[in-house]
Amino acid sequence: MIDDTDRQIVNALQEGFPLVSRPFAAKAAELGMAEDDLIVRVARLREHGVVTRFGPFLNAENIGGGFCLCAMTVPPDRWDATVEFVNAQREVAHNYRREHELNMWFVLAVEDRAEIEAVARRIEAATGIDVLLFPKEREYFLDMRVPA
Amino acid sequence: MSSAQRSIDAIDRAILEATQAGLPIAAAPYAAVAARVGISEDETLARLERLKARGVIRRIGLAPNHYKLGLVCNGMTVWDVDDARVDALGEQVGALDFVTHCYRRPRHPSVWPYNLFAMAHGRTREEVLVKRQRIAELLGPACRASDVLFSSEILKKTGLRLARRAGEEGACSD
Repeated sequence: MIDDTDRQIVNALQEGFPLVSRPFAAKAAELGMAEDDLIVRVARLREHGVVTRFGPFLNAENIGGGFCLCAMTVPPDRWDATVEFVNAQREVAHNYRREHELNMWFVLAVEDRAEIEAVARRIEAATGIDVLLFPKEREYFLDMRVPA
Repeated sequence: MSSAQRSIDAIDRAILEATQAGLPIAAAPYAAVAARVGISEDETLARLERLKARGVIRRIGLAPNHYKLGLVCNGMTVWDVDDARVDALGEQVGALDFVTHCYRRPRHPSVWPYNLFAMAHGRTREEVLVKRQRIAELLGPACRASDVLFSSEILKKTGLRLARRAGEEGACSD
């Protein structure tokens, strides 16, 4: 399990990891810990899956790419095969089962916005299930940080 | 968007590819990336600074697993809000401290009446439902209908993967 120091680290490192030669030393100083201790703890949090990714997070839109939320109504008897096909698509960045008639919600992340429609049609063709597109029309706020 | 803004050169791309699975968790992570790309640490840092200034890199840091932090309930709250008021109200919903994403998205007639999406996390469903109620109070009569879609399973979570080019491995994204 994670302790209070781990939680402090998760909170402090969600953004603003410094672009300097010894970034862990800089962050460790802010947290009042030794550089080595911080490295060991971050490595352990990563290893245990408390941290899923550590590094630069891209905004694909600023290199011409894009994201699109999509949803499908997958019948129970076709659930496994549909999960398998959808997850196998490289462009599918996240996929969640949700409790609703529209029970599969996934995000397409592509390097070229024009690919979104094509990927959705590919999934429809392979699964025989309509893919509803929910492109973002406006973003009101984005703060991925969660208090640990 | 201009093509100048859109383009990243081969070295930028190599840096993003070298870091997409994550930064090395070591004292000098950027030096390790530089060695892999075949440029100096200073150039690596300067290029990452530029990519961040241009917004290609949204942030540098860690992504926590909400489930492992005890935030096991993830509710996508969805709202049918008057088109004339959705932008003003969306800004207010997005500013609520517990809302992690808030977007306006298209309706799908006869299937999906909701145009405002706000994600809320909690330790229990009740916590998420209390948050939903706070959003409902904020929206007031401008909201005609709403729902909350709890996630029951994460089926996949990898983030954006750059397509493999020139035999390189394919950067992560939120």
